[in-house]
Amino acid sequence: MSIERQEIEKLATLSRIAIGEDTITEVSQRLSSVLELVDQLQAVNTDGVEAMSHPMKATQRLREDEVSEINQREAFQAIAPDTEEGLFLVPKVIE
Amino acid sequence: MSYSGWETVIGLEVHVQLATKTKIFSGASTAFGAEANTQACAIDLAMPGTLPVLNKQAVHYAVMFGLAIDAEIGKESAFERKNYFYPDSPKGYQTTQLEKPIVGRGNVEIKLADGSTKNVRIHHAHLEEDAGKSLHEGDFRHGVSGIDLNRAGTPLIEIVSEPDMSNAEEAIAFAKRLHSIVTSIGICDGEMSQGSMRFDVNVSVRPKGTSELGTRTETKNLNSYKFMEEAITKEVERQIDLIEDGGTVMQETRLYNGDTKVARSMRSKEEANDYRYFPCPDLLPVIVSDETIEELRRNLPELPDARQARFIEQYGLSDYDAAVIGSDAAMAAYFEIAAAKSANAKLAANWTMGELAARLNSQDLSISKSPVTAEQLGGLVMRIADNSISGKMAKEVFEAIWAGEGSADQIIDARGLKQVSDTGALEKMVVEVLATNQAMVDDYINSDETKRKKKLGGFMGKIMQASKGQANPQQVNQILAQKLNELL
Repeated sequence: MSIERQEIEKLATLSRIAIGEDTITEVSQRLSSVLELVDQLQAVNTDGVEAMSHPMKATQRLREDEVSEINQREAFQAIAPDTEEGLFLVPKVIE
Repeated sequence: MSYSGWETVIGLEVHVQLATKTKIFSGASTAFGAEANTQACAIDLAMPGTLPVLNKQAVHYAVMFGLAIDAEIGKESAFERKNYFYPDSPKGYQTTQLEKPIVGRGNVEIKLADGSTKNVRIHHAHLEEDAGKSLHEGDFRHGVSGIDLNRAGTPLIEIVSEPDMSNAEEAIAFAKRLHSIVTSIGICDGEMSQGSMRFDVNVSVRPKGTSELGTRTETKNLNSYKFMEEAITKEVERQIDLIEDGGTVMQETRLYNGDTKVARSMRSKEEANDYRYFPCPDLLPVIVSDETIEELRRNLPELPDARQARFIEQYGLSDYDAAVIGSDAAMAAYFEIAAAKSANAKLAANWTMGELAARLNSQDLSISKSPVTAEQLGGLVMRIADNSISGKMAKEVFEAIWAGEGSADQIIDARGLKQVSDTGALEKMVVEVLATNQAMVDDYINSDETKRKKKLGGFMGKIMQASKGQANPQQVNQILAQKLNELL
């Protein structure tokens, strides 16, 4: 299965990644080879094999519902690009 | 335009904030109303190197919901990442469940105004995290939005119904029923104005008698029943008008503004709705043991149906009163305290549903924030029941309690509001009023039967005035009728 240029552009948009004109062919080839691997996997007969949700044979540990975090806003906002009145500021987003 | 040739198909996605103390994947507090970003820790902010650890209580609450609607419980469930970019979600994805949700198929029965019932099938319910909040207004510099991530990571269950509802009434009955269930089992505080329950409504229309579903739109984030009704009604009309004018309904997400009553398209699904789900590698499969499920089942709080039946049985409430009070967990708890304190359940029910509910509504307050406590209302009802005060005085006392002047007894004492129920004293009062109003008495005697009845009110007014409103009106009425009859 090969991947079209158009799909690369869509994925780039969804992932917020800039893919330059000069690399688009290479990215396309690499992604296509990944998809070929997926094709191979999908060709395997998996009848009677239960799907795994995780490769490790372990289960999720659960945490007690007790507050364990303290307010560290100052520390976090010290490394933020822009803040005001305790809010993180970002370029205006309205859908 | 006639809409009668069309039928509507509605499905709901309901986001319920779970009443845990901490976030779903971190130990940061979920308390409402904190200063911006003071409850957003490194995990909530998606700092590099952090890992999520699942909150046990959130898992248990989700299972409890499943048990309450008789659903299959996912003994092994798993988390996926739903990828999208938006500043209120710092990770760049929402951790949610897709393939293996914690709650499978279930059923919710709704009651409609005409007394009929309808079953709404639940497709599934899954655990996920809430996003933060974007603030676009305020004093920010031009061209920026402010982000508060206190809400980011608050545990949610998203309940997805089948498209089993066919009008706004059914959708609202279903929404109310879910509210009743989640508050009754204590997994959500039910504060809709604070966003504790939010509804996404999927609406499509099709010609009556056809079975193929039309293209649906999704109106997101409705947080009141009123807005839900308005949004559904408008969307149904919009779709029918569009189709009848030769247009096509586009699959899209819409936003309804309850203040301006205007809905608008938010984004077209086909261009943006590619979330590239994949299993979250940071979280292992979640196993809920049979023992845990059985323990949660044993300890499941009373469900609305059982409570309504108990209210009829235990307190002698009418079906209607039991349904109104019994479906709202907070109101039910309030009523039970007031009923116990007053020793008059029916009157306590009347005051809870009547004066109190009306007053709370007018101030847009939930019953848990009532300035009049259940004990105080019970104390007031007790004094009405034992005839210490009249209904009119009771309203005055209620207002005073609301204003924070103390208990009913304190206010009755302070204002000298004792109702006079002593027959001797009342008789004396009636006789005096009759003696000083001879013209009225003559007029009464000379009138025919029907007119006399109307004239009784005039005497009542005089007597209540003479007693400064403290005479027991039922008794005065009796005594007055008797005294006047003696004169005929």
